[in-house]
Amino acid sequence: MTHLAVPKTYKLYIGGKFPRSESGRTYEVVARDGSFLANAAKASRKDARDAVVAARAAQPGWAGATGYNRGQVLYRIAELLEGRRAQFVLEITSTEGVTAAAAGKQVDAAIDTWVWYAGWADKYVQVAGNANAVSGPYFNISVPEPTGIVAIVAPPDSLLGLVSVVAPAIVSGNTVVVIASETAPLSAISLAEVLATSDVPGGVINILTGSAAEIAPWLASHADVNALDLTGAESLEWVDLQIAAADTLKRVRTPGDFGASLDRIVGFTETKTVWHTKSLI
Amino acid sequence: MTSFLEYAPAPESTAILNLKDSYGLFIDGEFVAGHGTPFATISPATEKHIATIANANAADVDTAVAAARRAYDKTWSKLSGADRGKYLFRIARLVQERARELAVAESLDNGKPIKESRDVDIPLVAAWFFYYAGWADKLDYAGLGAAPRALGVAAQVIPWNFPLLMLAWKIAPALAAGNTVVLKPAETTPLSALLFAEILQQAELPAGVVNILTGAGDTGQALVQHPDVNKVAFTGSTAVGRAIAKSVAGTGKKLTLELGGKAANIVFDDAPIDQAVEGIVNGIFFNQGHVCCAGSRLLVQENVHHEVVDRLKQRLSTLRMGDPLDKNTDIGAINSREQLDRIRELSDIGEAEGAERWTAECAIPENGFWFAPTIFDNVSTSSRIAREEIFGPVLSVLTFRTPAEAISKANNTPYGLSAGIWSDKGSKILAVADELKAGVIWANTFNRFDPASPFGGFKESGYGREGGRHGLAAYLTSTVLQGAAL
Repeated sequence: MTHLAVPKTYKLYIGGKFPRSESGRTYEVVARDGSFLANAAKASRKDARDAVVAARAAQPGWAGATGYNRGQVLYRIAELLEGRRAQFVLEITSTEGVTAAAAGKQVDAAIDTWVWYAGWADKYVQVAGNANAVSGPYFNISVPEPTGIVAIVAPPDSLLGLVSVVAPAIVSGNTVVVIASETAPLSAISLAEVLATSDVPGGVINILTGSAAEIAPWLASHADVNALDLTGAESLEWVDLQIAAADTLKRVRTPGDFGASLDRIVGFTETKTVWHTKSLI
Repeated sequence: MTSFLEYAPAPESTAILNLKDSYGLFIDGEFVAGHGTPFATISPATEKHIATIANANAADVDTAVAAARRAYDKTWSKLSGADRGKYLFRIARLVQERARELAVAESLDNGKPIKESRDVDIPLVAAWFFYYAGWADKLDYAGLGAAPRALGVAAQVIPWNFPLLMLAWKIAPALAAGNTVVLKPAETTPLSALLFAEILQQAELPAGVVNILTGAGDTGQALVQHPDVNKVAFTGSTAVGRAIAKSVAGTGKKLTLELGGKAANIVFDDAPIDQAVEGIVNGIFFNQGHVCCAGSRLLVQENVHHEVVDRLKQRLSTLRMGDPLDKNTDIGAINSREQLDRIRELSDIGEAEGAERWTAECAIPENGFWFAPTIFDNVSTSSRIAREEIFGPVLSVLTFRTPAEAISKANNTPYGLSAGIWSDKGSKILAVADELKAGVIWANTFNRFDPASPFGGFKESGYGREGGRHGLAAYLTSTVLQGAAL
C-alpha cells in the first residue's frame, strides 16, 4: 500500500501565529531542477506592518526577561532543532538540491549557532559594559541595552543564514521582523514551527516570505523600527534602504558576512550610562 | 534700597587675550587664507566685532583633507601609540597653562558665563586630552577585538554650545586611536578652535594631523561628503544629522551622531527638594539651556508640584543675568540672533497653546541677545514646547502621579539623549533608570560630564558614544564591537 503524501501549506509567522498573507498572494517556490515545491505566502506591506506591531508588543517583555532566561530559551530552540534534524536535512536536500551531507552540515551549524549565542545572553552586558571611574562622588556605570525592533533582510543561505542574523539580534532582548530568503524560504517557515513549539514568546521573531525588494523599503522607512540589518541585502538596492532608514536615524548594518561574532549582538544595543550621587558620610 | 543681588561688577579682564584681527584656516600646520568670503565673529553679549574669520570653500576642504591624508600615511600612522599619547599629554598641559585665556575667549565669543567656561568647559577640555592620551598606547586593552586599527581621516563638525569642549570630545579620541582630523567649528564660535590651533603649533604636533576649517553649513557639508574621509562625527541638530546619515549611506564611512534631545527631569515626592531645585536649575539654565542634554521637561509628582514650582521661581529670581565675563554672572547671552528668534518663537507658541508662562524679573542689557529664564507650567504632552528642542533657558513643567506615568511621559519623545531622576530611594531610581530610553541618566544630579563616562543617545538623538572606552570604539575598526550603535 502506498501513502499519498500530505504536503504542507507554508504561511507567514507573525505574533506567534501562522497567517496567510492578508493580500491573499502566494508565489511558487521551485526546486533547483525547476519542479514545483510549494506556494509560499507573498507578504505585503500590510503584513510587514502587522509584524512590526507584533514585534513592538513583544519587545518589553522579552527585554525584561533575565539574560539567564533568554539564554535558556535560545538553547531550547537548539534542542528542538536537533530533534527535528532529519526533517530539516530532508527539506533542504529536496528543495535546494544539495547533498544530504551538505544539508546536514548546514543544520548542524544552525544548531551550534543557537547554542553559541544562547551562552552570550547573560554575558554580553559584562563584556560590552563597564564601570566608569569619574572624577567626583558618583557611582557611574555603562550597560548595553537592546535597541528595540530590528528589521532584517536574511541572507540567501536558507536556514543557517536566517539563524545567523536572528539569534544575535534577539539574544539581547530585541524583537525582529525578518524577511526570509526569497528563493529558499521553506526551511524558514519550518523553523517557525520549531519556534512556535519552543519557549520563544510570540512576536519576538516574525518571519515574512516573499519579495525582499518589495517589503524591505517599508520596513526601512517604518518609524517604529529601530534598526535595520541588511546582511542579506547585497542583491537589493540597499543604499536606498540605508537612506530611507536615516529618516528615523535607524542603526544600520550594511551587507556582509554572517559569521558568528559578539559584534553582531552589540551592534544592535544602546549603551546607557547611569550616574548616581554618593552621599557625604 | 539696595538688593542683596546688587554686587559690584567683577569682570574678568580681556587683557589676557592676544587676538589677531583676522584668522585664516589651519591647514597642514599653518594658518592660510581661505577661498570663501570671510565672515565676522561677534560677541553675542554686545554684538561687537571680535575678529574676521576665513571661510573655507570646497577647494579648501580638498586641501585640508589631502593634508590630513598625507599626515596619516606619512607620519601619524607610523608613530608608536606611546608617542601619539605624548603629543596628547602635551596638548592637555598647554590647555591647562592657557586655561584662563581660553575661558575668556570662549565666554567672549559664545556668551556663556565665565564661571562656566572657567570652571567647567576648559577644565574638561584638559581632562579629555589627558584621559585619551593614556589610551593611545593601550588600544589592545580596550576590549575592542584583536589589534584594533585607526580608520584614517576623520571629518568632524561641532556645534556652538560648548565650542572647545566639543572640539576636545572629537579630536582627543580620534588622535589617540591614530586617526588624523579635519574639524569644522561652528560659524558663530570659531575663536577658541583657532586658539587651539596655536596650541597645536606650540605642541609641535606634526603638520596635517589636525586641520581646522572655519565656515558655515556648506563648508561642513563639503567636508562630510568628501570622498577621501573614512569617518564622520557630527554633533548638532537632528535635522542635519539625518541629512548626514543619508549622504554617507553606501560610502562605508563610519558615522557617529550626537543630536538633539528633550530630556525629562523626573522629580518624585520623596526627592530632596532643595537639591532637586538646584538640579532643575542646573539642568535647564546651565549654559543658557544651550545644551543638547538639557533637562527641558520637568516631570514633577503631582503632590509636590506647587512646592517645587514655587521654590524654583524663588531660586530663579536670584539668578544674575548679564555680562558673560563678570564672575558673578549666572546666565549669559544667547549665542546668536537666530537662536534668540527661535527661542522667542517657541515660547510664544507655548503661551498660545495654553501653558502658563512665568519669566524671572531681571534687567536685560540694551545690546546683545538675551532671554530671561522662563518656566511654562501646566504644559500638555502634545504642546510643541513639550516636544521640540528649544535649546534655550525655557523649562516646560508637566506632572505625573505614578512612576509608570512618569516613565511613559519621559519616553514619549523621538529623542533619547538624557534624563534625570530625583528621589531619596535608591531602588526606585534604579528601577526607573532601567525603563528610561535615554543614553545618559543622572540620578540626584544633572549635566555631569567626565571623559571616562560614555555620552550619547538612544533613538533619534543619534548613535555612537563619546567618552570612555566606548568613545574610543567610534574611531577604531576591529573584529568586534564595530556595529553602528557603538
